[in-house]
Amino acid sequence: MYDMKRLADLVKSLEVQLVVCMRCGMCQAVCPLFAETGREADVARGKLALLDGLIHEMFKDPEGVAERLSRCLLCGSCAANCPSGVKVLDIFFKARVILTGYMGLNPVKRAIFRGMLAHPKFFDSLLGSASVLQKIFLVPRDDFSGLSCARFAIPGLDRSVKALAPVSFRTSVGRVQTDGASGLKVAFFVGCMIDKIYPEIGHAVFSALARNGASLFMPDEQGCCGIPALASGDIDTFRKLVLFNLERFDPNGFDFLVTACATCTSTIRKLWPQFAEPFSGAQKTRINELAEKTLDISQFLIDKANIAEPVSFPGDRTLITYHDPCHLKKSLGVSAQPRALIRSNPAYALKEMNEADRCCGCGGSFNVQYHPISASIGKRKCEAIIDSGCQTVATSCPACMFQISDMLAGAGSNIQVKHAVEIYAEAIAKK
Amino acid sequence: MSKNIILKEFERILGKDNVFTEEADRHGYSYDAAVLDPCLPAYVLRPGSTDALGAAVRICNENRLPLTVRGAGTNLSGGTIPQTGGVVILTNALNEILEINERDLYAVVQPGVVTAKFAAAVESLGLFYPPDPGSQAVSTLGGNVAENAGGLRGLRYGVTRDYVMGLEFFDPNGETVKTGARTVKCVTGYNLGGLLVGSEGTLGVFSRITLKLIPMPAAKKAMMAVFSDVSGASETVSAIIADRIVPVTLEFMDNFTIRAVEDFSRVGLPVEAAALLLIEVDGHPAQVEEEAARVEAICRKMGVMTIRVAKDAAERDKVWEARRAALSALSRIRPTTVLEDATVPRSKVPAMIRAITEIGRQYDLQIGTFGHAGDGNLHPTILSDRRDKEAWGRVEMAIDAIFEKALELGGTLSGEHGIGKAKSKYLEKEIGRPAIVYSRRIKAALDPNNIFNPGKIIGG
Repeated sequence: MYDMKRLADLVKSLEVQLVVCMRCGMCQAVCPLFAETGREADVARGKLALLDGLIHEMFKDPEGVAERLSRCLLCGSCAANCPSGVKVLDIFFKARVILTGYMGLNPVKRAIFRGMLAHPKFFDSLLGSASVLQKIFLVPRDDFSGLSCARFAIPGLDRSVKALAPVSFRTSVGRVQTDGASGLKVAFFVGCMIDKIYPEIGHAVFSALARNGASLFMPDEQGCCGIPALASGDIDTFRKLVLFNLERFDPNGFDFLVTACATCTSTIRKLWPQFAEPFSGAQKTRINELAEKTLDISQFLIDKANIAEPVSFPGDRTLITYHDPCHLKKSLGVSAQPRALIRSNPAYALKEMNEADRCCGCGGSFNVQYHPISASIGKRKCEAIIDSGCQTVATSCPACMFQISDMLAGAGSNIQVKHAVEIYAEAIAKK
Repeated sequence: MSKNIILKEFERILGKDNVFTEEADRHGYSYDAAVLDPCLPAYVLRPGSTDALGAAVRICNENRLPLTVRGAGTNLSGGTIPQTGGVVILTNALNEILEINERDLYAVVQPGVVTAKFAAAVESLGLFYPPDPGSQAVSTLGGNVAENAGGLRGLRYGVTRDYVMGLEFFDPNGETVKTGARTVKCVTGYNLGGLLVGSEGTLGVFSRITLKLIPMPAAKKAMMAVFSDVSGASETVSAIIADRIVPVTLEFMDNFTIRAVEDFSRVGLPVEAAALLLIEVDGHPAQVEEEAARVEAICRKMGVMTIRVAKDAAERDKVWEARRAALSALSRIRPTTVLEDATVPRSKVPAMIRAITEIGRQYDLQIGTFGHAGDGNLHPTILSDRRDKEAWGRVEMAIDAIFEKALELGGTLSGEHGIGKAKSKYLEKEIGRPAIVYSRRIKAALDPNNIFNPGKIIGG
């Protein structure tokens, strides 16, 4: 049996933030999940009311609340459009931590986060073996074989996913420390998906940085940014990973920490400092310094390296459209730089799709846990991409790429899915 | 029927997925946007067809289950808060625009169509549906009709009532009642539409709504006038109307609101100004030019400090950005925001504004006032913290005082938010005992088991 009084006391720590919600319901206009289900428990107002209900001991058990709280993409559309400025994501992360601490982590997640993710070296070698094993389970789909688009069907599940790369990015390049001519010192935080599924994006980042004369740094090892653990309320694994990375990235050694994953960028910039409370003063300082130096690759190239204007292009230009990852636009307000990066390649003509900043429906583990809803949200994104009439769609987050590729394959489309930095890398490769 | 049989019956008619019985799901329908205590319903139903909606109503009636229809739950007077143990019926799965008729200028919609989506669909055809309540991005047309919602364009274009041509609704037995027509003129039978519009879900459940459309005006022009004293601004409002100009919008913001907006969004508002008027005129381009010039001249004559006329769409947006930010900016100052909508005859706006300032002082409360000055419809917004019992007591006294004053000035308790639960105890003061008794007789005759949103408007 649960002690609902004790839980109420724990959730009460969120009360100051919860009372900011005036129940106006404007979040219903922007929540991608609510658009699919029409259920109040799926939209921010409903979830905030549930937390309020916990404080007032209105429920017999916390399971129902916990389940509904986990049904959220954490895309931040509600927070970005909230008239009274409720810090929705902040509240949701904290609430998930409280509920997981109180009810315990589900066994599967416990095995994945605490058994694997929290131990980066073990995680690396495990997935290294998996990339070999997957050849047995996955069926290659020869009909699509673009650069970032090689897809595999999972037998039994109606899904097409990009498989693990044969060799991870970090395995293939190892430790990196180079000197560049520009004087800008850049460290690269790779992130799990680029490392293990999309190494080509990592290579594109390297050639983009090298092209602009940046000094490069990448340590021998690095871990996950921690978001999957935090999103499941596993604060211990999250903090372990933050510390692991903190030891390997000394902010005094570089001017910028660059990532090509919108989710990693937003996690390091916003969530690392927000959940740094139990750390020592020195650690907190370091976390804040790192957060301040963290940039999406497009921000670095456009705002810091001032890459050159495009030259005119002789042939027919390829139509390309851009999808705004939630963690870049809604979380960090970055939307102009990736577009500028795409425009820097004169072989492409950028054409906006409808609702470019609407969530693709991936939401990390949401995609696995609630796949049918995730897919129906993705379908709307997929239709917008197809309706744009473009041959290529670019974005700035490997998780979005993963979802969009799956959706496009499902729709029988052969539109190419690429990272914005790949588009730029193509241009410099030609010069 | 036993509880179990009722549940089975709902599930049979609506499908299992459309009947929410779990506590955590029902909790989301225990409140709306009014600052009132939640009431937990026993069942929440989400019918996906008109037939299912009618059947759900019938079952509720047969089992004496009180039912509250809910669109987006943005009501500011508690109209969508159900009775504890009652039923909430959601309309958001009934969200089809059934017809937009460009030749006869009307549209037929299901009740769950979102107001802004409808307005956009109509606008894409060069037509115009003017009612634009503040919650239009999420509010439903069914809810708008049930509440007779207003908005920023009331001055020139009226409110929801003025656009309802016809209705189909369910009586308690689940029978479809039709009223009105698709014609401009119609004098067939009682004007049941007139009774149902604004009835807050107490007399029937809408299944189909026919709305009037008008051509989209060709041009519009917005301006911002800054005043060093409140009376200058409010007298300008009267002067504009007296000059036979009817702007689309004539919005007012007091100094407290101006400072809050500027703190919040840095749009460049003059924080030292006592009051602002945001004015927009629309129509034929030549008429718009002429009226804008006349409004500007009147403002100058009335001693405006500065006046800025928007030269293009971007500048126009900038003017409205300030107004759109008003409630957000105010609501961020304190945890609890009480948005009132007491309304007075236009000429009494200066007196009402003075009274609100005095009430704020008397009860030691922060009150920001903005709103539709051209309609006499002000939104005194009281900022407080509901958890502080002593302060909340003062808020309640201030609300009483505001209502008292509005009535004394010949005004009304509510211009556009409705009576609902929050204001039903004040209603008799405005309309008198006989009107309450008469209304209760109508309610008893049409809904003998009192299942339609009981407790709202007329209490009981």
